[in-house]
Amino acid sequence: MLDLISGLRVAAATMIICVVGYTALVLGFAQAITPATANGSLIANERGEIVGSQLIAQAFTSPEYFWPRPSAVDFDASGAGGSNLSPANPALTERAVKLIAAHTGATEERPIPADLVTASGAGLDPHISLEGALFQAPRIAAARGVEISAIAAFIRRLAYAPGAFFTEGRIVNVLELNLALDAELAASEASN
Amino acid sequence: MDHLFVILFIVGGTALLSVPLGSYMKWAMDPAPNQADRWTRLFQTISGASEDQDWKRYLVTLLVFNIIMFTLTFAILALQQWLPLNPDARPALDPTLVFNTAASFTTNTNLQHYSGEVSMSYLSQLAGLMWLQFVSAATGIAALTALARGIAGRSGLANFMVDVQRASFLVLLPVAAIVSLLMVLAGMPMTLQGSAMATTLEGATQTIARGPVAAFLAIKQLGTNGGGFFGPNATHPLENPSFWTNALAMIAILLIPMACVWMFGRIVRRIRHAALIFAVMTVFILAKITGSVFFESAPTPAFVELPVSDETGNLEGKELRLGATTGPLWAVLTTATSNGSVGAMHDSLNPLTGLMPLAGMWLNATFGGVGVGMINMFIYIVLAVFVAGMMVGRTPEYLGHKIEAKEVRFAILALFAHAVLILGGTALFAATPLGQATVQDFGAHGFSEILYEFSSAAANNGSGFEGLGDGSGPWNIATGIAMLLGRYLPIILPFAIVGSLVAKRRAAETAGTLGVEDATFGTMLGLTVLIFGALTFLPAAALGPIAEHFSIP
Repeated sequence: MLDLISGLRVAAATMIICVVGYTALVLGFAQAITPATANGSLIANERGEIVGSQLIAQAFTSPEYFWPRPSAVDFDASGAGGSNLSPANPALTERAVKLIAAHTGATEERPIPADLVTASGAGLDPHISLEGALFQAPRIAAARGVEISAIAAFIRRLAYAPGAFFTEGRIVNVLELNLALDAELAASEASN
Repeated sequence: MDHLFVILFIVGGTALLSVPLGSYMKWAMDPAPNQADRWTRLFQTISGASEDQDWKRYLVTLLVFNIIMFTLTFAILALQQWLPLNPDARPALDPTLVFNTAASFTTNTNLQHYSGEVSMSYLSQLAGLMWLQFVSAATGIAALTALARGIAGRSGLANFMVDVQRASFLVLLPVAAIVSLLMVLAGMPMTLQGSAMATTLEGATQTIARGPVAAFLAIKQLGTNGGGFFGPNATHPLENPSFWTNALAMIAILLIPMACVWMFGRIVRRIRHAALIFAVMTVFILAKITGSVFFESAPTPAFVELPVSDETGNLEGKELRLGATTGPLWAVLTTATSNGSVGAMHDSLNPLTGLMPLAGMWLNATFGGVGVGMINMFIYIVLAVFVAGMMVGRTPEYLGHKIEAKEVRFAILALFAHAVLILGGTALFAATPLGQATVQDFGAHGFSEILYEFSSAAANNGSGFEGLGDGSGPWNIATGIAMLLGRYLPIILPFAIVGSLVAKRRAAETAGTLGVEDATFGTMLGLTVLIFGALTFLPAAALGPIAEHFSIP
């Protein structure tokens, strides 16, 4: 009985300090110092409407946009998840065949980068590999009526190594890339 | 090449950090008797408990506090639909899920048969689950401290209610505050606003779940809890925004389990012995990392016939921003330490890569959970000392304590319980529709899914092969029971061993006493872990991951 009472007192103390106090500290710090990322890295357009989060992939299907990696949850950012398919599962092969057909242009000599046919863990990976973006450049160049080399140069400008010298490959954020592409196009139209 | 840098940076860097933290934890958890101790007095005032407890009293108080933890969280989860801090109006939870989740977080397991952003209110996440992430980890640290006091020859183990506050307020809270603030600076969300609504560039509506992630995440990793704020855990971009948050998270996973070894060494005043244990654990973890990284560099077998580039290894279930090493490295760290958070989907790992996390959970002592990992290693030490003593024909002694039949019986019982929970549970579910109806695909991989789930529950790990449909009532109840037994038996039995040791007269160490600080004993300990821990599970491994590996053309 005494144990029960002292246990409840310890429970109350830990609840007040480790839950209320600690959460308030981190919340106050985050909202004061880094409010943009603290609220989900949301991106607004020039009219102030939220168009997505920098960290969350969204679906792109039109030819003039870069496409993200496939998503096992159809880009549902309120219920994320992976395919959880075992690496030899035929369902992976079927999905890859469909995606290869949609992306067009994959051959034995010019294979499609693996990230474009594999779903990420949460189904919301905002990035594709530099190679995955370059692979899509011909489609986008055709759809937007610009040179492939211009698109490729554009991709390389936004690509970065996620872990500096700790990582070898470079990646590029799909939503940022598409937003920048739209902005660039609007600017060049305005100047013509 | 980048693999090697990352592994050295994470494992080596954390090992260095763990040494000073271990000294600090000794100061915080086990102050010297003459140390002017304001904290002890404060914690005695808060709890109203100050008696010096023997091992039985200490255990009873530990269990009473854990029952309180379970009950309060059960209530919060069961009533969440009527409680505040529920901006997205999460509905009531299924009763078996409430039982499973309360058991899961009370036992430091964090097996999750729900998806956080779908099912849980912010109050459930913070006051229910995050609270348990603190106090369940604190329970483990307190238990190790008391065990070490007993091994150091003290008959009074101090007071659990005071120790659990020391661990919560002096160890976990400051470290969690530092880690969470760093996570915030690195771009982690921390908000109490409900989901954001976005209109995508192509005009669709996207609902973006968010929440108080940074606070939750820090203690999730530091306390070897592992339960994610979001369903897909640390693969979710809002729970792991960049390579740097990922690296910090991996350091946080390893840090306190490593420091616990040093704390143990300082309390028993045998730091060279602790260094030897640390070295044995490190050999195991490096061996698993090497295997895991190697096996995962093989490309996805499903694409061999297709024009898909095979330079990047298996990318299914992985995130590009986290770097190529994260999947296999994280998989080993999270299971070596009984953490259970995931940085890649384990179900989609190549079969032999998947064997490495399984092995981590089977041994459960190569660092292991906060506090309890070192307690599990103590069981192996008892066995190693006993076997070594028998081999040279001397009375087995550990730090002056005679190890006899009674202690060995308890040690064997603890290892036996771990094996029975895993293999017995797997057998039951693999042989009946209870499990067969829930696997993703029949055959070796489905067997692996069931085996993984029971290993994870019994080892208090919490990760999963998530293709398994584990949200059913039978799974909730069976794994709930496995978690509870898998938590408390490996605390109760070692306490009984220590209780029996301190009751005997302590022998003086002589030149003939078995040394526990040299390479011979290290080898002996390593072999004991390997033979008792791993061989038990070899047949199950052969039926699951190994069979699957050879079935892939």
